[in-house]
Amino acid sequence: MAIVLFDGVAYGMLLFLIGVGLSITMGLMNFVNLAHGAFAMVGGYAASLAMQHAGLGFFAALAVAFVAAAAIGAVLEFAFFRHLYRSHPLDQVLLSIGVVFVAISVATYFFGPSMRAFTLPPSLEGRVNLLGLEVGRYRLFLVASGLAVLAALLLVLNKTRYGAMVRAAVDNQRVAAGTGIHVQRLFFLTFSFGCGLAGLGGALSLGLLGLEPSFALKYLIYFLIVVCVGGAGTISGPFLAALLVGIVDVAGKYYLPGAGAFLVYAVMVAMLLVRPNGIVPRKGLA
Amino acid sequence: MKTLTIPRARLPWFEALFWLALACSSLLMPDKLTLLSQILIFGLFAVSLDMALGYAGILTVGHAAFFGMGAYAAGLLAKHGWAEPFSGLLLALFVCALLGYLLSYLVVRGADLTRLMITIGVCVLLAELANRLSGITGGTDGLQGIEMWPVFGRFDFDLWGRTAFFYSFGVVLAMFQLVRRVLHSPFGLALRGIHDSRKRMLAIGSPVEARLRLAYCFSAAMAGVAGALLAQTTQFVGIESIGFNRSAEILIILVLGGAGRLYGGIVGAIVYMLVHDVFADMNPQFWMFWLGIFLIAAVMLGRGGIMGMLSRLVVTKGPQ
Repeated sequence: MAIVLFDGVAYGMLLFLIGVGLSITMGLMNFVNLAHGAFAMVGGYAASLAMQHAGLGFFAALAVAFVAAAAIGAVLEFAFFRHLYRSHPLDQVLLSIGVVFVAISVATYFFGPSMRAFTLPPSLEGRVNLLGLEVGRYRLFLVASGLAVLAALLLVLNKTRYGAMVRAAVDNQRVAAGTGIHVQRLFFLTFSFGCGLAGLGGALSLGLLGLEPSFALKYLIYFLIVVCVGGAGTISGPFLAALLVGIVDVAGKYYLPGAGAFLVYAVMVAMLLVRPNGIVPRKGLA
Repeated sequence: MKTLTIPRARLPWFEALFWLALACSSLLMPDKLTLLSQILIFGLFAVSLDMALGYAGILTVGHAAFFGMGAYAAGLLAKHGWAEPFSGLLLALFVCALLGYLLSYLVVRGADLTRLMITIGVCVLLAELANRLSGITGGTDGLQGIEMWPVFGRFDFDLWGRTAFFYSFGVVLAMFQLVRRVLHSPFGLALRGIHDSRKRMLAIGSPVEARLRLAYCFSAAMAGVAGALLAQTTQFVGIESIGFNRSAEILIILVLGGAGRLYGGIVGAIVYMLVHDVFADMNPQFWMFWLGIFLIAAVMLGRGGIMGMLSRLVVTKGPQ
């Protein structure tokens, strides 16, 4: 029971890591970005390549993944996404589906359709005794990174000037721009940062979810659920939702293998019925 | 750019010509009848999506839920003893209308993002269900062993797909006329009003939510009929009929043709399926790549798809 809970939490942390960037872009820019999974995939491939060909360690590869995903996110924001912040959501959906399709076919062309081989670094293998519970080191590391990112994000968002600017722009873009905040640049930075986080999550997920070109679509629904159920534009909302989804999914697979993915979708529909704007609704939406 | 002017009173002739050309295409390409029937079916599916997306403005990327549901409804009815084609269509229509109406309570409330999530979620949920209930649906192998009875008790579904084509043609034409009547009715005008300005429609006392629910239900029923047609004419229901990829594909077809236009869906289906057929031996990954590029280009450059382009080249004039 406890171990199932722990695995669920570890899985949830992963979903949080990837999903939180999506939450910021969706909340901040009202941009329906279905391409977020593609950025996580970029991070995964970057880390995998860095480890296999450049001989980097796992932890250095994580940094590479962050930078690579953030860089590609920045380029795409500059070329495409920036022009569509004010368009109809349908245009945003179409554009991001297009980006996903291109990403999947490019990944297949260069890396083949099969699952990417990955070995955990020795320091993350095996199990460790935590309060009388035998937990995997890798999963413990996932939980620790998730908590670290959560703490860092809350700190940055609540205590720094940049965070205050982001919060202002989320609450009211026009007034924020009126006070002299360069909203466009803020969007650009935040978007690439969110993509970087997705890349980091994608690299961290190598040992748990595996990496193949269809990754970008396969887990997209989970990221979207996390953001939607949690509340777009917040940090703590997706965190709670990710934990909920992670625990429900792992527990469902463990106790009710017949139900499969149903449980998660059922929980999502139920949560959206009860709280259409998410667990932690953004200001002005509650 | 030089534009062509057509008196509005002549438009019905052009439409008749369009449908006549579709019917005659079967004589020109007798070895491609299966493809032609599929074009018609996907055209109807795209038109049904257009009702929800283009006219009512409900952002949905899960319309294959209804398409697949209709296909399974008709396929299962035929497999379990009653293989009369029209009653299969009717069953699919009712099942999907019911499902659409129930779902509309979830879909219509909430913001665009919530709608998107619920439609995707339900679609994936149903796909998972079809996959799990493999005892009934055949799972990933698809639903096999459907044998349709002859249309009107006379015309057998032949190997070359001649009956299948004319059967699809008749049903699609009838459904299309129905959609056109609905869209030109006061109800259709109300939908257009809601699409353009929801607030003003609320202000003049239009029951916005009820209208949207009805539109969604109607659109679901049409998608179900399209799915049932596919099941009956191919005598097979694949698991890919229901699911995210099919939903995305039909969205692409609609955008290619032009959303919010009566003929957008059908024109999109013609072009998409013909191009797909030409490049059928191409590696599916390349196909996906070019689809992605097309989508990005469609959003960044063009507006309104093929019908939008036509409407810039051809101007209609005269009383409406």
